Amino acid sequence: MTALQQTGWADRFRHINTGRWMVWGGYALVMIAAPLLWKSSLSLTMLTQMGISIIACLAFNMLLGQGGMLSFGHAVYSGLGSFFAIHALNMASKGQITLPVSLVPLVAGGFGALFAVLLGFVTTKKAGTPFAMITLGVGELVAAMALMFPGFFGGEGGITGNRVQGQPFLGITYGPQIQLYYLIAIYTFICTALMFAFTRTPLGRMLNAVRDNPERVEFIGYNTQFVRYFAFIASGFFMGIAGGLAALNFEIVTAEVVGATRSGAYLLFTFLGGAVFFFGPIIGAVLLVLALVLVSELTQAWLLYLGLVFTFMVMFAPGGISSLIMMNLRVASFGKLRPLIGSYLALAGTAATVLLGAAVMIEMVYHLQLNEALGPVMKFMGASLNAKGFDTWFGACFVMLVGLVMFEMARRQFVKEWGRTQEEIERLIKQREAAT
Amino acid sequence: MNPAAEFALELRDVRKSFGKTEIIRGASLQVRPGERVAVIGPNGAGKSTLFNLISGRFGSTSGDILLHGEKLDGLKPYEINRKGLARSFQVSNLFVRLSVFENLRCAVLWSLNYKYSFWRFLADAKDANARAEEVMHMIKLDKRRDVLAMNLTYAEQRALEIGITIAGGASVILLDEPTAGMSRSETARFVNLIREITVGKTLLTVEHDMGVVFGLADKIAVLVYGEVIAFDTPEKVRANDRVKEAYLGSVLAEAQAAEAGH
Amino acid sequence: MDVSYFLISLLNGLSVGLLLFMLASGLTLIFSMMGVLNFAHASFYMVGAYVAYTITQAIGFWWGLLLAPPIVGLMGAAFERYALRRVHKFGHVPELLITFGLSYLILELVGLIWGRQALNFLPPVSLQGPLFTVVQLPEALQFAWGSPPEVCKTVAGAICTQFPSFRAFGMGVAVLMLVSVWLLLTRTRIGLVIQAALTHPDAVEALGHNVPRVLMLVFGGGTALAALAGVIGGALRVTEPSMALAVGAVVFAVIVIGGMGSLAGAFVASLALGVIDSFAVGSDSSLADIFKAVGLGITPDTFGYVVWSVKMSQVAAILPYLLLVLILIFRPKGLFGTREG
Repeated sequence: MTALQQTGWADRFRHINTGRWMVWGGYALVMIAAPLLWKSSLSLTMLTQMGISIIACLAFNMLLGQGGMLSFGHAVYSGLGSFFAIHALNMASKGQITLPVSLVPLVAGGFGALFAVLLGFVTTKKAGTPFAMITLGVGELVAAMALMFPGFFGGEGGITGNRVQGQPFLGITYGPQIQLYYLIAIYTFICTALMFAFTRTPLGRMLNAVRDNPERVEFIGYNTQFVRYFAFIASGFFMGIAGGLAALNFEIVTAEVVGATRSGAYLLFTFLGGAVFFFGPIIGAVLLVLALVLVSELTQAWLLYLGLVFTFMVMFAPGGISSLIMMNLRVASFGKLRPLIGSYLALAGTAATVLLGAAVMIEMVYHLQLNEALGPVMKFMGASLNAKGFDTWFGACFVMLVGLVMFEMARRQFVKEWGRTQEEIERLIKQREAAT
Repeated sequence: MNPAAEFALELRDVRKSFGKTEIIRGASLQVRPGERVAVIGPNGAGKSTLFNLISGRFGSTSGDILLHGEKLDGLKPYEINRKGLARSFQVSNLFVRLSVFENLRCAVLWSLNYKYSFWRFLADAKDANARAEEVMHMIKLDKRRDVLAMNLTYAEQRALEIGITIAGGASVILLDEPTAGMSRSETARFVNLIREITVGKTLLTVEHDMGVVFGLADKIAVLVYGEVIAFDTPEKVRANDRVKEAYLGSVLAEAQAAEAGH
Repeated sequence: MDVSYFLISLLNGLSVGLLLFMLASGLTLIFSMMGVLNFAHASFYMVGAYVAYTITQAIGFWWGLLLAPPIVGLMGAAFERYALRRVHKFGHVPELLITFGLSYLILELVGLIWGRQALNFLPPVSLQGPLFTVVQLPEALQFAWGSPPEVCKTVAGAICTQFPSFRAFGMGVAVLMLVSVWLLLTRTRIGLVIQAALTHPDAVEALGHNVPRVLMLVFGGGTALAALAGVIGGALRVTEPSMALAVGAVVFAVIVIGGMGSLAGAFVASLALGVIDSFAVGSDSSLADIFKAVGLGITPDTFGYVVWSVKMSQVAAILPYLLLVLILIFRPKGLFGTREG
C-alpha cells in the first residue's frame, strides 16, 4: 500500500455533510436501540462495558493516534478515577458529601485530570520511545503503591460501593442494569462528541502537528511539550470518566485497574481497531469487550490468538481494522469494489482453512497441557477430537498446510488485483484533476 | 523588541563549538530592516549552523545575537519565533500527514493568538483560515489544497516549506537553501516567489546558486570557516580579494602574481 | 549496622546489578544500533532460563549455560529477519508495538510448553553452597571460605553471613561477558562495523557491508545476552512465567535513568539500583524513624502517617520507578544520556 493511496480520506467524504448528521444520529440510535435488540443480561453486561471501553480507548487514542505518544501505563488514570469514584460514592452513602450518583463519573474525571497534571509534566518531557518507557515506569510505580496503601486501595479485596443510594431522580435508582446502561450511553455519546470536537480545535490540530514533526512545531511558535502536556491532561480527564463509570458498573474496585495488564489491553485493542481514524478505537473497544467476555470463555488459547492477531496486524495492517475499512470504502467510492469481492472470498475461505487447522492443533496442545485430568478427548466446535490421536494431529496439520498453500496462492492473486485496482483509481483521479 | 532599532538582526562575535571543534569563529553581521542578504560560502563554512544559532536550535558558545536590538541568549526556538523571526529548512520539514491547507493554518495559529485553546473550533477561526488561504494562493498551491504534505512533489514541498515559514507574519525570515535540488526553470520561478512574498521583510537566505544570489540580494555575506569575511553589495563582494581567494584558493593569486612577474 | 551485613548486602547488590546490566547492555546495544526498544527483551531472558532448564534436565547445567544463549540468539535473529524488519519502514512506534506483541506471544507459549507453575531450576551441585562466610565476632572480622565455621555456633554474639557460590559465579559470568563484548566491539572488524553502523548505516552500507545482516547479528547477539542473563537469573531466583514482567520493567527504568543509548549510563544505573535495592530490602526503617531521629515526633494521628510509616523494605520494589521520576524532573537526559531518543 503506497502512501499515495491514503490521499485525503476525510476530505473525500467531506461532501457528505448530511452524512455527518447521519453518522452521529446513527451512533446515538445504535446506543439507544442495542439493549432492545439484545435482551439477555449477558448482552447488557457487555454493552455496558463497551460504552466504558469506548470512552477509555478514544481517550487513549488522543495520545496514540492524534499525538503519536505511545503510553504503556494509561490505566493509571482510569484506575485512579475508579478509586476516587468509589470512595466518593461511599462518602455520599454515609452522608459526608452530597453527590448525585450520575455525577460520580465527573468527579472521577476530575481526579483523572488532576493526576495527569501531576504526573504528566514529567512524563511529557520526552517523546517517542523514552515517553513510552516513562509511562511504563510511572504505571509500575502507581500499581506498586496500590499494594502499599491498603487503606485507600483496599488491598487484595479492593473497595466496594453501592450505586443505589440517595434520592431517586425521576424514579431512576440505578439498581437495574438497564438504567445504568443508559447513563453510560449518555456519557459515552457526550464524551465521544467532545473528543471528536477536540480534534477540530487549535490544540487538537497542533497535537497532530506535534505528532508529524515535533521539531518544526517549535519554529512556528509553539512549545511542543506544552501541547503534549495539555493533551495528556485532556486524555486523563476522559480516562477518569471511564474509570468512574466502571466503578459504578462493578461496584467494586481492585488494584488491578491500575495495572500493566489493563494498560496493555487498552493499547492492544485501540491499535487493533486502528489509531489512524477517529472511529478506530470505537471498534477496538467493542472487540475488547467481546474478547474479554466472550472469547475467553470459548477457548483457553484466547491470549495466544490475541497476541498472534495483534502481531500480524502490526506487520501487515498497521492502520488497524478501521484503515482496512476505509481503504475498501475508498475503492467502493470509485465503484471498483465488486471485482475484488471474488478475491476477498477466496482469501477468506483459504484463511479460514488455515485457521481451522491451526486452531485445532493449538486447542489440542492447550487441552493436553491444562486439562490433563480430563483425559485426551476434547470438544472442538461440536466434534469430539482425540488430542493424543495421531490421526487428529495429522489431519489438522494437513488441513493447515493445504490451507497455507492455497492461501498464499489466493493472496498473490489478490495483491495483483488490488494493485490493478489502485492503478485504475489513480488514473481516474488524474482524469478528474485534468478536467477541473 | 524594539522596532526602531537600527538593525533588524545583529551578530556580535558569535562563536560556536561542538566539543573541541569550533565551527563558528567570531561571526559578526549587521542587517538593516528590509534588507535582503544572501549568505554564501564554501561547503562546511557553517552557514546552516549559523541559521541554527540564530533561530535557537542550538545555543551559541559565546557572543550575542540580537533581534531588533533584543538579545536572543538562550531562548528556545518558539520564544524566538514569537519575537518575529521565522526560518525554513534545507530538508523540507513539513507536517507530513496534514494537508497543504492544514500545514499553513497551523503556522498562523500562534501569531493570531489561538494558543492552546480547545474551546474554539478551527472552522470558525476566520482570520486563520483567511490567512492560510492567502498564503496558499501566494505560493500557488491552491489547487493542491487538500493533498497531504507527504504526497506533494519536491518543488511543491519546498514551496510549502517557505509558505509555513512566512505564514506567521514574522518580520525577519531565514531561508536555508530554498532552491536546493531544483531545475533551472523551477529556480527562476521560486526566486520570483521569494521576492514577492518577502516584500517589506528582512531576508537572510543561504544560497549556492550565484544567479539567485545576484538576482535576489541587496547585500552578500560571505562565510568562510565560521567567519564573515565580507558583507557588502554584490559588486563589491565580487571584487573582494579575500572572497576570491576563499573560493578559488591561492592558486589564482599565485597565477596572477606569476603572470605579473613575467 | 554490622560490617558483615554491609559487605554481603553490597556484594548481593552488585550481583543483582550485574545481572541487570547484562540485560540492560543488550537492550542498549539494540536500541543504539536500530533505534528499536525491544519490549520483548525480558521475554528472551525468560526463554533463556526455560531453555537452559530443559537442557539442564537432559544433559546438565554446563550444557545449558553453553547452549541456551545461542539457541535464543537464533530465535532473536529469526524474529528480526522475518518480523521486525518488515515493520521497520512504518516507524519506531510500530517497531515497539511488534516487540510488545512478541512479549505477549512468548509469555503464552512459555506457559503452554512448560506450564504455569514455577520450575525447580537449581544451580549445579558444584556451585551450590556458600563461597565464603563473613564472620562478625564481637571484637574482630573474619573471612572463612566455604560454609560457616565452628566459631559461628560457639561464640555468642557472632553474626555470620554467607555469600552463595552461585552468586559469585553469576558475577563472574557477567564480568566475563562485559569484557568479551567490549573487546568484540572495539578490537574486531565486525565490532568496528557495528560501531560505524550505529551512527551512519547508509555510509557503512555504501562501503559494501551488509548492514541488514549486521543488524540481525546485533539483535540476535542482544537476545543471546539476555538469555545468558536468564540462565543465571533463572537458577539464582525463580523460573516462572512472571519473571519476565518482574525484571522487564526495572530494566527499562534502568536505561532511562542511565540515559537511553548509553552503555556507561546503563552500567552505573544497574549497579546503583542493584545496591540500593539490596540495602533497602533489608532495612526496616521508615521516614517516620528519620523524623523521630531529627526530633519531629510522628504519631499515628499525624496527617499522612500512612506514608511516613512505610518501611524501606516495602518501598524497595518501587525505588527504581521513584528514581526514574526524580531523574526525569532534575536531569531528563539521564545520567549519561547521549540521544534524545
